[in-house]
Amino acid sequence: MFRIPALLAPLLFLGANTAMAAESPAKPDGARLYAQRCSACHGADGSGGVGVPLALPAFLSSVDDAYLHKTVRLGRPGRVMPAFTQLTDAEVAAIVAHIRRWPGQKRPPTHSPLRIAGNATRGKTLYKRHCAACHGANGEGGHGTGVTLSRPRSAPILAPALNNPGFLAAASDTLIKTALLYGREGTPMRSFLEQGLKERDIDDIVAHVRAFEQLPPPSSARVLESESPVLVRVSPYSVEETVEKVQAAVGAANMRLIRVQTLDQGFVEEGKENQRQKIVYSCDFNFLNEALKVDPRVGLFLPCRITVVQQADKVLVMSINPKRLSRIFNNAELNEMCEQMHQIYLDILEETVL
Amino acid sequence: MSRFRLLALLVVLSLNHAAAAEELLMARITRPFPEAMNNLQETIRAKGYVVSRVQRVDVGLTASGFKTAEYRIVFFGKQSEIRELSAAYPELIPYLPLTIVVFAEGDDTLVLTTDPLKLGEFFNKPELLKRFGVWEKDVLAIFDEVSRSP
Repeated sequence: MFRIPALLAPLLFLGANTAMAAESPAKPDGARLYAQRCSACHGADGSGGVGVPLALPAFLSSVDDAYLHKTVRLGRPGRVMPAFTQLTDAEVAAIVAHIRRWPGQKRPPTHSPLRIAGNATRGKTLYKRHCAACHGANGEGGHGTGVTLSRPRSAPILAPALNNPGFLAAASDTLIKTALLYGREGTPMRSFLEQGLKERDIDDIVAHVRAFEQLPPPSSARVLESESPVLVRVSPYSVEETVEKVQAAVGAANMRLIRVQTLDQGFVEEGKENQRQKIVYSCDFNFLNEALKVDPRVGLFLPCRITVVQQADKVLVMSINPKRLSRIFNNAELNEMCEQMHQIYLDILEETVL
Repeated sequence: MSRFRLLALLVVLSLNHAAAAEELLMARITRPFPEAMNNLQETIRAKGYVVSRVQRVDVGLTASGFKTAEYRIVFFGKQSEIRELSAAYPELIPYLPLTIVVFAEGDDTLVLTTDPLKLGEFFNKPELLKRFGVWEKDVLAIFDEVSRSP
């Protein structure tokens, strides 16, 4: 209770600001918001990067504003694109308006929100034959992230995950049907009319894709849950002995030792470092290379590190918890790797304190 | 609306606000990697932080036979903060010093880090939120500056 007034004060102030803003609403700057929130992944001009390219006239001409708005708002769980829940509707609309000013687009359609009647069972067979090669047998989409070509990628563009809850909530049946009918120029998506399918066939495929909603959330949309941001063990040895044992455990885990340093190295004069706080850095470059192929952002937790700290009369051995960090990337393809790293860290800690 | 309902609403709003913190902070620098890297380090120092180390991940990968673009990790912080926090909250040490990942993407350079406010959520230390908030503000200012620099 004592703390509530302190908590409320800024909120009331915020409320006052909101009220003032309501009197003289400042129009959000879509270009600036795009630069701040979107361009890092999608490119300053929408040409793509970690995120998929947006500035494809065929794409923008075939999707409506509602789809773009919902995509920003809901993201794609487990597929890198975060949900921008903190943006206001006006800010999202400003971003969409900014994207709409890019050249080459036709007037955007307004897709009907109504469901398309089709035979999902028949659509399943057609899907397997015509769509599964790119979009996955169960609509799980292509692998990797966007079009970053700094490292080898299997395809210049990522096939969307059609079973993703974010996609299914954002895309109307008509939007999916339009993509199937006419394809997306500039991407591997071709017109299925031109490939000989009839409109009825396409309706059946749409019905099959829509039926993904009835299934449990796919593993590709799963976000790892974990209890603690750090893994900790108490070592029965001194700091020096523990560091030696960590080095041995790192070697046993087939990781290359990079260096051993104090936490404050680089911050204090040489010779004055705190020797009771040591860090052992190591790396498995094969593993790292595979992880970077999946998501170039994983460097955030590199190199692998084990921290040895004397705290009062205890020596603690610690690492980050990769399972806790996995959700930061919103990339389900990293889940398995994070679980592997979690186990490797646990093995090293256990081996050290054995 | 009763006082209780108003209070409940405001508490819920405050929780939503805290939960709304972005998990990753990212920025695109429309300049090649070497220039962007120099500018980033200068900007970090100008904000009062020390760059304690730059980890050359790309060198390690290349030496192991893998193809990669430039990929570095910048470690930075303030000595006094690292000393105080590591003494009082040893569980924070695995997340110290702060890091920024820098990598080339064609002629552009990307920088990213975890939002320091996430540490508040990770460790549930309300008394540290102010400090994490300052770090967040500084990182955002650094990213804003390096991405705008001509």
